[in-house]
Amino acid sequence: MARNPVTWLGSPTFPKAAHAALADTQLRQNLRKATTTIRGKRAGVVAELDDWERLRHAGESIKDDVLANLDTYLLRLEESVTARGGVVHWARDAEEANRIVLDLARAEGADEVVKVKSMATAETGLNEALEAGGVRPVETDLAELIVQLGHDRPSHILVPAIHRNRAEIRDVFRREMADAPASDEPRDLAEAARRHLRRKFLSAKVAISGANFAVADTGSIVVVESEGNGRMCLTLPDTLITVMGIEKLVPTWADLEVFLQLLPRSSTAERMNPYTSVWSGVTPGDGPQKFHLVLLDNGRTATLADTVGRQALRCIRCSACLNVCPVYERTGGQAYGSVYPGPIGAILAPQLVNDPDDEQAASLPYASSLCGACYEVCPVRINIPEVLTHLRSEVVQAKGKRTPEALAMAAAAWMFGDPKRYEAAQRAGSLTRFLARDGKISHLPWPGSKWTSSRDLPAVPKESFRAWWRRNRG
Amino acid sequence: MSGPRVALFATCITDTMYPETAKAVVRLLERLGCSVDFPLEQTCCGQMHYNTGYYDHARPLARGYADTFAGYDHVVVPSGSCAGMVREIHPDLVGTSPPVERTYELSEFLVDVLGVTDVGAYFPHRVTYHPTCHSLRMLGVGDRPLTLLRAVRGLDLVELPQADQCCGFGGTFALKNAETSTAMLADKMHCVRDTGAQVLTAGDNSCLMHIGGGLSRLRAGVRSVHLAEILASTQEDT
Repeated sequence: MARNPVTWLGSPTFPKAAHAALADTQLRQNLRKATTTIRGKRAGVVAELDDWERLRHAGESIKDDVLANLDTYLLRLEESVTARGGVVHWARDAEEANRIVLDLARAEGADEVVKVKSMATAETGLNEALEAGGVRPVETDLAELIVQLGHDRPSHILVPAIHRNRAEIRDVFRREMADAPASDEPRDLAEAARRHLRRKFLSAKVAISGANFAVADTGSIVVVESEGNGRMCLTLPDTLITVMGIEKLVPTWADLEVFLQLLPRSSTAERMNPYTSVWSGVTPGDGPQKFHLVLLDNGRTATLADTVGRQALRCIRCSACLNVCPVYERTGGQAYGSVYPGPIGAILAPQLVNDPDDEQAASLPYASSLCGACYEVCPVRINIPEVLTHLRSEVVQAKGKRTPEALAMAAAAWMFGDPKRYEAAQRAGSLTRFLARDGKISHLPWPGSKWTSSRDLPAVPKESFRAWWRRNRG
Repeated sequence: MSGPRVALFATCITDTMYPETAKAVVRLLERLGCSVDFPLEQTCCGQMHYNTGYYDHARPLARGYADTFAGYDHVVVPSGSCAGMVREIHPDLVGTSPPVERTYELSEFLVDVLGVTDVGAYFPHRVTYHPTCHSLRMLGVGDRPLTLLRAVRGLDLVELPQADQCCGFGGTFALKNAETSTAMLADKMHCVRDTGAQVLTAGDNSCLMHIGGGLSRLRAGVRSVHLAEILASTQEDT
């Protein structure tokens, strides 16, 4: 089977990638500014709703129902989309999805396609596949455009160019656009992008989108966005191809009510997103006359089989967990080596990769202090810390019992397994106090140096509490 | 004594590295009329093993906890993360048990079970409080520690900026992702020093070992002191 492109080929493990990212002070400054702002705004709009917790529970329940009955709902969706004039395609993996899309674009004679921001097609590496097949993809979401023109990689689910500041964006535009922006004022940057994209919208024959939601009952596909560029793609070209993960379903139209409240508040910290586009099949004389829906598995069925890990499939790609994550804030998204960075990426990417020998994917569940901020904000209540430790336990199982860490952990478990052994270890440990100066230890050999490189360690006192207790109270 | 029969679960880190914290809990609870026992069979809650993915090693430790603390009215833990491990994770690992359900983090026990917010303490210092992640989010201790601190005579409580941000400890995270952990620590220390506090307190010695270890390296002149030690201090101690 082909390699899953959800993680980028050749990415270093998380600690190595973080090492490089942490040295980039501009990156940290850009990220801190952006995440601090959005965190505050999200907290504000969420606090406005007195039923927020109930909405989260509702979102969780609807998604759990979808996942438990995915086979039924998918067939229902296929039926309703087909009945309304759409064509449904099933893609087992990224390669298959990319081939379907490329063949469809070629069949329309397109050498250029406009794209709505889409995580599914970022996950499959569609742009690279289209380019290799002679079709030029044009990203029309402003942040995606910045990434594409900068020959860069995304670092955030919602704002893929969050690691770039205004001056950097101006430089990218000046290098890549015929009509360069006059300054790095947001107005000038947006105007330059508008002129650049308007020509593309008017000439494109084929558009490619993802989907935020698909209603099984009615066959309706929903895309929410802020800029209106997605709306241009969804209405102007004659052919529309939507690539959608199989978990993006909701059963009924009424279920959307829950998610259209949860998503914008969690994502952009807005009460409502500016553009919500919904279409059901094709409508003669109005909008695209050909509609193709590509249903993408790419590791989702395997994820669904994991009773703990499957909750990651509830994700609605809001990115609230990224914005509150203290690890993400320091390292940025590219350190995760995947289109899905941050806490959700740390649990989703390794599951979609589903390869125990992949060292990079195996490093992702450890990219967390388990502080729990992600779980607290998740609009569909994914218990990310629970899945992180669960995936760690799978990594541990896959690596076996002979690694230095496994041996140390086994020794610690043996020691804690008996109070007498534990107390003997305490007495042995207290001898380290002779290494201490002024009651603290400042230098330890590896791996203790990983601690003492930046922190002192208190000397283990001569008398443990239990020894004191026995002496005084025993 | 006629008060509730309380078992102290000191936690391995406090038992071994910070015996003064455990002595403070005993002093405090006895002052408030509890009868305190320290069952010597106790060792560790298994959090390090669980969080690092060694579930098979964590399970016997969780079973040992349930056996050790059977028969007490309450178990009091001077650690939000170990109390969280017991209450939130032990049931998933080995099923629930009466001692698990009767386990309280110290500030929860004082406020919810004993119903006291003024424990009669005296601590004449400028103090800032770091609400550790597991106390805050896993257990939801809320403002109980702050309520207790506000009632301490002589104590000048100063608010910690960005208090709810993780200090970067995270158990083995501090070693496996040492550089990211250190970057988080640097920001936390910056916030602590901004307060001008003489003392940093929290309900978890593990987080205090991390932040305090960093502050000590910088010779920042800020001491880290567990919440229990502040609450146990009285006028006679000074």
